[in-house]
Amino acid sequence: MAKRIEVKGLDIYYDKFLAVQGVTMTIEPRSVTALIGPSGCGKSTFLRTLNRMHELVPKARVEGKVLMDEQDLYGAGVDPVGVRRHIGMVFQRPNPFPTMSIYDNVAAGLKLNNKRIKKADLDALVERSLRSANLWEEVKDRLPKPGSGLSGGQQQRLCIARAIAVAPDVLLMDEPCSALDPISTQAIEDLITELKEQYTIVIVTHNMQQAQRVSDVTGFFNLKAIGEPGGLVEIDTTTKIFTNPANQSTEDYVSGRFG
Amino acid sequence: MSTETTLDKTPPPPDVLPPVPLSRGSLPRGAAPGVLLAFVVVAAALWQLADANPAVCGIGAALGYSVVIYAWSRAVEGPRGAFDRLVTAIVSSAFVLALLPLVSVLTTVVDRGLERFDSEFFNNSMLGVVNEGGGASHAVTGTLIITGIAALMSVPIGMMTAIYLIEYGRGRLARYITFFVDVMTGIPSIVAGLFVYALFELFYGPGIRMGFMGSVALSVLMIPVVVRSTEEMLKLVPNELREASYALAVPKWRTILKVVLPTAIAGIATGVTLAIARVIGETAPLLITVGITRGDNFDPFNERMATLSVYSYTQYQNAPGFAREAFVDRAWAAALTLILIVMALNLVARLIARLFAPKTRS
Repeated sequence: MAKRIEVKGLDIYYDKFLAVQGVTMTIEPRSVTALIGPSGCGKSTFLRTLNRMHELVPKARVEGKVLMDEQDLYGAGVDPVGVRRHIGMVFQRPNPFPTMSIYDNVAAGLKLNNKRIKKADLDALVERSLRSANLWEEVKDRLPKPGSGLSGGQQQRLCIARAIAVAPDVLLMDEPCSALDPISTQAIEDLITELKEQYTIVIVTHNMQQAQRVSDVTGFFNLKAIGEPGGLVEIDTTTKIFTNPANQSTEDYVSGRFG
Repeated sequence: MSTETTLDKTPPPPDVLPPVPLSRGSLPRGAAPGVLLAFVVVAAALWQLADANPAVCGIGAALGYSVVIYAWSRAVEGPRGAFDRLVTAIVSSAFVLALLPLVSVLTTVVDRGLERFDSEFFNNSMLGVVNEGGGASHAVTGTLIITGIAALMSVPIGMMTAIYLIEYGRGRLARYITFFVDVMTGIPSIVAGLFVYALFELFYGPGIRMGFMGSVALSVLMIPVVVRSTEEMLKLVPNELREASYALAVPKWRTILKVVLPTAIAGIATGVTLAIARVIGETAPLLITVGITRGDNFDPFNERMATLSVYSYTQYQNAPGFAREAFVDRAWAAALTLILIVMALNLVARLIARLFAPKTRS
């Protein structure tokens, strides 16, 4: 199930513009890795390269290596669709499919791919996914209702249920709580802690308390200077990053002296 | 230079706006409707009693109302209130002016069309009819067949073009297609008719007429409309939904088929229905490519067919000196039928939009 990801010397481009330069890091399985840093430093861009969503932007490309259990995700003959089957993603804004019911949204990963599966098995899968996303109790009586009728926090948990229903090895989360209130945030953070038992989780967040609460390892991204590409400044255990970072700019950022 | 002085002491803000009193005078309630009513009554009286031109009377009433209400309001309410009243009057007059021809067309067609809007009209063709009686059953069926085939051809082509342009098209080819689609929306319908005639003449020789040619001509007119409306609807589908689908390892074509299209289908269906409504009343291209018959011909690949628009035209055009009324009445009844079909299509479009629209609440 959970897999290790190794990133080696990754340069990320938008056409000719070098957005992120020289990222090298290892993401351990069954752990939560948080990526923090100021806006525009390339955290989300980097996250999207991990499941090859980055190349959906016209002319976007990468150089370097991303290895998932020794296999290069950007190697010749690797199918991006296959990569995404192993690495799921949750987005900043909840985006349930508006034409589908709550049930269909959770089953979307299978239904959209025309996987033939017995009704009973699908029911079980939907229930299991919703339970893992802490949403089952709230929606079990209205599964056939549209998913877009849920509250923002519920929608985001629905999106997480949808992402884990296809049983990925790695789960990427791009600021999953930035549009949510503290209670929904709490629910999703608890969920991340539970999911850690089975998945490799990478989360981008602007909330440093959140990074401290949920993550085991934290990576700090920053721009080298205004107009220069962004890059990974340092990555270490969360405790170390927040108490005794090796780099001065990390220290400034996590203590709020960043300017 | 002057920066130093401003640094030293900031000048007080210039007195651009005069102080505004919190309260001001206002016209008595019912003043505006009263003035309007007075002018309408005067205009109506001039029209009915003095036999003046109704259009001139109407415009005169609108002008008179605007001037009087402006002057009165300026005296009581001040310049801003007066300007507000004036612009309100102008905008409302423009609205009424725009509506007048529409209402006039509708009432005329209903009024004159009802004369022959009877069961005989819908159960008979013109076979063997020399003056009174007869009907347009053959033309109604012909219109439905020809427009139906046109829709069957244009909707898939148009939708697929739009999908290509929005989901796949990048670079020069897509830009050219977009440009030519825009050009095509503007071609006169007669050009489409001549083009199709010239095309079929190559294969079948001069004088060729058949229903299918009419369908092709209507398709030429319809495809750009379908492309444009589908394009606009696909643009409205949030990119986040596509990304959500890709992130679930759904291939692009399946994403388009199962996420993008269902989300946009309400708008697309409306656009398609309106495109059909747009071409169903075309006359010129059908006159050239399909012609007209007196009796039934429901084979679109063989010989001439009757259509409502051409039927209406020929009835009016070929009305003889005697029993002229019967021909003109049939022309109006055909026009009314056409309008009712278009209206029904519009209602269907609204119904489709409501049925397919993504539901947020249950």
